Amino acid sequence: MTDVSVDSKSSTGQDSGASTAPLLETKKLTRHFRVGRGLSRQMLHAVDDVDLTIDRQEIVALAGESGSGKSTIARLLAGVYQPTSGEIYYQGRPTSSMRSRKDQLAYRGDVPMVFQDPFSSLNPAFRVSHGILRSLKLHRPELTRAQRLEEAERVVEAVGLSPAGDIMHRYPYELSGGQRQRVGFAQALAHKPKLILADEPVSMLDVSIRIGLLNLMSELRETEGVSFLYITHDIASARYVADRLAIMYAGHIVESGPAESVLANPKHPYTDLLLGAVPDPRAPLTAAVEGDTGEPPKVIDPTPGCRFRWRCPLVVDECHQTTPTLRILGTNHEAACHVAEPDA
Amino acid sequence: MPSQQPILEVRDLTVEYDTGSSPVVAVDSVDLDVHAGEFVGVVGESGCGKSTLLFAIAQLLSPPAAITGGSVHFQGQDLVAMNEKKLAALRWRDYSVVMQSAMNALNPVKSIGSQFRDAIMSHDERVDDDRPAEVMRMVGIDPIHLRSYPHQLSGGMRQRAMIAMALLFTPDMIIMDEPTSALDVVAQRSLMVQIKELQQQLGFAVVFVTHDMSLVSHFSDQLMVMYAGQVVEFGATRAVFDHPAHPYSKGLLDAFPSIRGPKQPLTGIPGTPPNLAHPPSGCRFHPRCPVAFEDCPKIEPELYQVGPIQARCLLHAPGQTQPAEPVQEVTS
Repeated sequence: MTDVSVDSKSSTGQDSGASTAPLLETKKLTRHFRVGRGLSRQMLHAVDDVDLTIDRQEIVALAGESGSGKSTIARLLAGVYQPTSGEIYYQGRPTSSMRSRKDQLAYRGDVPMVFQDPFSSLNPAFRVSHGILRSLKLHRPELTRAQRLEEAERVVEAVGLSPAGDIMHRYPYELSGGQRQRVGFAQALAHKPKLILADEPVSMLDVSIRIGLLNLMSELRETEGVSFLYITHDIASARYVADRLAIMYAGHIVESGPAESVLANPKHPYTDLLLGAVPDPRAPLTAAVEGDTGEPPKVIDPTPGCRFRWRCPLVVDECHQTTPTLRILGTNHEAACHVAEPDA
Repeated sequence: MPSQQPILEVRDLTVEYDTGSSPVVAVDSVDLDVHAGEFVGVVGESGCGKSTLLFAIAQLLSPPAAITGGSVHFQGQDLVAMNEKKLAALRWRDYSVVMQSAMNALNPVKSIGSQFRDAIMSHDERVDDDRPAEVMRMVGIDPIHLRSYPHQLSGGMRQRAMIAMALLFTPDMIIMDEPTSALDVVAQRSLMVQIKELQQQLGFAVVFVTHDMSLVSHFSDQLMVMYAGQVVEFGATRAVFDHPAHPYSKGLLDAFPSIRGPKQPLTGIPGTPPNLAHPPSGCRFHPRCPVAFEDCPKIEPELYQVGPIQARCLLHAPGQTQPAEPVQEVTS
């Protein structure tokens, strides 16, 4: 925490007009996977034409069912997968132009990922300090050994694990699930990131400790100035932490907008379905109990048309003909649905 | 309902894990009655002993865990005293178990249908040839999937297939260990609705373990909250949700955000569940309890009757007169 002022490591963008561009933006981001072989070769459309914007110090939640492509987006942003087409702009600069090792390292340091499963994402053979110190050595080579230790203790404290010195010397098996997930956040924080990709960070944890981690995300946004992409299938927790909410279905973003507006005034019938599935003990016991037994389709070599049409209660003819695109239907609020009505 | 004899009577059930130096009491003197057709939810954090309790009821414990006290009477017969051969006859036919991870519970190299046949063949029971197809239709899966292998089904379908298998002989009781925890919200909701419908249709009793209290709120009749191996609260689900008597249940209830109403900051329950090898003295929840007072570390509370609910909290002990004021003092 000595010589590293905010600007000393922005090697990524060269700051040519980067201040006006959003922190991260995707344009028509698409990723297809090849499935089958030989004559049965097909294309699985995991992510299609996704436009997503994340601003500085913003928490954006990406919600959807399993298989909707939300984790694929996280991996595309983290550089684990390369996009089939489309582009990711980081501080105004396309990531495809970041070819040198230095650039790539800087990007990965700025945009780290926190994984879903805290039980398998930490190396059981090493102490907690190992992962943090190693990434510090890689991403911030200017620090001395003593500074690295100091910085590691700082981030461990920052994620609410204390005493830091004691925790750092423990092995992962000595920690509870919630503590391990905090270690995951500490590792990500060590590189002074701009954006943390959190892929279902709380879904493996007990309900009683989830809130602690959600609160941690809001706190880190304030104290460390990072943005988050919070990927979840739990729309209630998305509401709790996120400023903006994007709903994914079968590879498309079907609705996005300010979290409160999307939940209070959902435009897309799929958002309605997701909302109805959230168990709410505060609701009266007699609340209508109806099941939707549909499952999100595997989008293999799709034909035009809305991908939600088979499950949609409001389906009209047009839904079978043309794929709806996102339309502005309220303040910053858009949805991809032929039937949805704009705000009066 | 109390006029009827319960089909499951658990009395004073205690399970210990023999760890060498000091045995860990994972289930501590638990009593539980389940009546025919009743849906009982068991909730608590990881490590509170809820899964161990289920395994003990189903007689599926393996060393180092062992039942060290109490009894489990199912339809009048003591399961604890029964040998494996007699148990094997009861399992699947009279009670069945649905495990948490269907991927691991199903055999990956056998088709769903052949696993169903295994279960049928191991019982003398006469079963119609189209019974597997019938149960698959009951849980909403096309019977064509009897020829599928587990990896060809989605998570929700695998879990449904497990439930279909549990229904083969139309048992009187199904024990479920977090069957929905690997599913996302929509699949979870539809599976819960399905379980409830089947239960109303076929009349079996359900013992349902979960860590997510909100999940069972609309489905269970009775709710049991466990903490550190003990029952801390038991009562009708609605009563517990409306007026939780134990601070731990209150904490659990306040731990998840709502999608309706004003957005308010939540705190969850601070701290971590205790190490059961060395449980805290007195009330086991006192180190994390927001309303603990000076007696809590000293006196071990029993289950006290609070209106329709039973709660293990000294605030409700008979003779305890000051629930409001001293509480505020100690909180600071």
